[in-house]
Amino acid sequence: MTATSLRTTADPIDLLQDAIATLDLPADWVGIRATREESIYRSQRDGKPEGNQRSLQQGAMIEVLVEGQMGYAATNRLTVAGLRQAAEQAFQQAQAASPWSIYTFQPDIRPKVLGAYQSFVEKPLKTLTTRHAHDLLSRICQGLKVSDKVVQASASITAKEVDTWLVSSIGTQIHQRFSFFTPSFGATAQDGPVVQTRTNNGRGHAYQAGWEFFDLGDDLWESVHRIGEQAVELLIAPECPDMKTTLVLAPDQMMLQIHESIGHPLELDRILGDERNYAGGSFVKPGDFGNLQYGSNLLNVTFDPTVEQEFASYAFDDTGVIAERQYLIREGVLKRGLGSRESQARTGVPGVACARATAWDRPPIDRMANINVEPGDRSFGQIIGSIEDGIYMEANRSWSIDDQRFKFQFGCEYAKRIRNGELAETVRNPNYRATTPQFWGSLSQVGDRNTWQIFGTPYCGKGEPNQIIRVGHGAPVCAFNAIEVFGGAG
Amino acid sequence: MNSWETTFNQLIDALLPQLCDGEALKVSLVAEASQFTRFNHAKVRQTGNLENGSMKLTLMGNGRSTTESVSFTGEKATDWPLVTAALATLRQELPQLPEDPYLVLPDGEAHSHEVYSGELLATAAVAPTLMAKMAGLDAVGLYAGGRSVRAYADSAGQRHWFETDTFTLDYSLFTDSGQAVKGTYAGRAWDEVAYAENLTASKTLLERMTQAPKRVERGQYRTYFAPAAVAELMSMLSWGGIGEASIRRGGSALGSLQRQEKTLSSKIHLVEDFSQGQVPRFNQDGELAPLTMSLIESGRLVNTLVSARTAKEYGISSTFAEGGEYLRSPTLAAGTLADSEILAVLDTGLYVSNLHYLNWSDRPNGRITGMTRYACFWVDHGEIIAPIENLRFDDSLYNFWGDNLIDLTQSVKFIPEVGSYGYRDLGGTLVPGMLVDNFAYTL
Repeated sequence: MTATSLRTTADPIDLLQDAIATLDLPADWVGIRATREESIYRSQRDGKPEGNQRSLQQGAMIEVLVEGQMGYAATNRLTVAGLRQAAEQAFQQAQAASPWSIYTFQPDIRPKVLGAYQSFVEKPLKTLTTRHAHDLLSRICQGLKVSDKVVQASASITAKEVDTWLVSSIGTQIHQRFSFFTPSFGATAQDGPVVQTRTNNGRGHAYQAGWEFFDLGDDLWESVHRIGEQAVELLIAPECPDMKTTLVLAPDQMMLQIHESIGHPLELDRILGDERNYAGGSFVKPGDFGNLQYGSNLLNVTFDPTVEQEFASYAFDDTGVIAERQYLIREGVLKRGLGSRESQARTGVPGVACARATAWDRPPIDRMANINVEPGDRSFGQIIGSIEDGIYMEANRSWSIDDQRFKFQFGCEYAKRIRNGELAETVRNPNYRATTPQFWGSLSQVGDRNTWQIFGTPYCGKGEPNQIIRVGHGAPVCAFNAIEVFGGAG
Repeated sequence: MNSWETTFNQLIDALLPQLCDGEALKVSLVAEASQFTRFNHAKVRQTGNLENGSMKLTLMGNGRSTTESVSFTGEKATDWPLVTAALATLRQELPQLPEDPYLVLPDGEAHSHEVYSGELLATAAVAPTLMAKMAGLDAVGLYAGGRSVRAYADSAGQRHWFETDTFTLDYSLFTDSGQAVKGTYAGRAWDEVAYAENLTASKTLLERMTQAPKRVERGQYRTYFAPAAVAELMSMLSWGGIGEASIRRGGSALGSLQRQEKTLSSKIHLVEDFSQGQVPRFNQDGELAPLTMSLIESGRLVNTLVSARTAKEYGISSTFAEGGEYLRSPTLAAGTLADSEILAVLDTGLYVSNLHYLNWSDRPNGRITGMTRYACFWVDHGEIIAPIENLRFDDSLYNFWGDNLIDLTQSVKFIPEVGSYGYRDLGGTLVPGMLVDNFAYTL
């Protein structure tokens, strides 16, 4: 039998169910997760095409639970015979490893669920024509070129449509259809040895949406012009001073700050030690949940896969668990971890629906989805107006944190000195460093809903074998007391 | 699986006659059949296998270019409809695209064929083989093994096939207090004795980690970097470093070196060396790189990695780099420091086995930040005193590969690539250890 494409199969659920129906394996549970991912990437540099790439990748992972051990096999031969062969391999994997299992899992780690999900889309990605896309990218490059000192202007869009189907031997049937859109642009300015790059919010525009996020009219062109102007402005700006001061972060840097120093340390698989050989462990211990004062009492953090258009929204994780909004940190106290049913069983710590896989050929692991800092009650003007001397930073450009998610150093693209309650001169090469508990403990002001913005990235790396995954982070403007900031090398 | 090459060639032979006048085509393939067994506390956490492949077709015509990637199963009847559908899509899209002035058409007559067979662990043997010897240890890591393929063909007639069986065992051993050592064992043929010796060496080193760690205050310290740490530092040159495009466009840390505004130590000699056959010599344009090519000689930048596209844009010669202009098989030359003299010459300072999570903190000035990791020690008067609490560093390569470089070791070590984003990485880095003065630790 010739293998089929999931694009041309009438209903892939039928194919997956047919495959499961033919199996005669003494397993406690069998599941098949199939994925079809279609993507388009277009880019220009200095108004000339750099990339025109399409991709259609598809395949399925079969997981089999035997004597408490899960085994998997992944294949892109999408026939009943191909899936059946993979199921037998997965069974053998589980059987061979079961004497050395780290934990004896029960079948309830994979619930019976029926459901569907679809991204909210105003302008479907397929209606953005090739010609229109390149016209837009060309105009953006032109708009970024505000000066001869701009040595590179670049712009790109990535659009993806991803379908996932999940069926199991206990009757699970889930279909989720996602539309992802990632527009990006930036300018690099150079004057002799001084080089500065400015981008649209640190390339943090990543949404679950159609291309309405790129069709912004005057707002887009104002943003393009400002990015070009600021790249040039940074060439003659003074270095960020070395000082301990009040640091104000914009939402496009809060994204990275949340991700690295809240998201990752709360992952239960890191706390369990699974990641110690690669991504690292965590300074958080199982006994900290419900007890640890993670930050000041102004800090409220949610796992929220329900935010429309945020990058990592979904209705079910890749094991079929229903996804719901949960507080991870409330009034500064650690409440809940980022852990799947498997990690919850191993730790006894409450978790969330976060077992996710980057693609059909990788097993689900504990992952962030949307991790958001909830808004407070301070306007941007009130925050800046209350600071006599400080630094305001925007847009991440450098990130590094230790394997326990404790000591970090982050750098931003753009910053302004705050003097006497007002934004003052621009400074370049702004960086800051701190430890995680000290940093979140110093949170002194949280911006209101008007300052709250969502961003995201497709590039969160973790796991062995390695996986990247999409995450979203919403945050208001926030202020932190007594943080060590510094500039670039002389 | 043995039919992958046959299927690839059949697809190419059927596809090329479909081209119209004025069209050119490049096709590349990446595929693998892999076993992954992940463990923690010397117990199996996840285990499985996969077969995956992807064919990338790039159609060019009338000064334009567009690409589509589709799944490759190795079964012609399955793959042919996907490939022909992709060609039709590309042909439809091509006229809608703007002209590409830096288009690189297929050219040349290069052919290559390299197949390296191995002796890998059978699927059922992975868990018992690994876990039995790790019993009683707090061992965590990943065994990855299987067959990897990279291939290329184009309408000019170039064709390449690279196939290799490889495995990597990448693991860490932990003490009860959380101190750890890192071990890697990699190759094409699993050797039970070599595995046992590798594990024994790691266990011996772990015994040194049982002491309470010493807290070292921020400051500048004389530091010995073991080869794995040097490889981490060198990997930064693939990300805004040695690529000609990044240098031309202000995105490289080596811009100052090329403009001769800054210098590196005359002890630094960096070469791309494909002679070990760890990775394919052909690139995305079907070009074969020279067997060896000097990049840095006596601290001077003598060559950069130049892709055919960059060469066309700037009117310079290609050095047959991949499109991303990253290091594929780098070798850093040895120095004069004997392994037996490392601690004595270090005298007082830090012994750093591994580094973690590196990033540019000021790329134009070559400044890198990151963390120490695993077996790192405080050394006093040539004696290892205690493991250290991990430190953050932030220093410029113009310092640690410049005036502050004291020496490199006489011996070099192969550090295998163990990454598996998308597909399992191939190859690795051949590097010595290095001794540096006044390395800057900041947190």
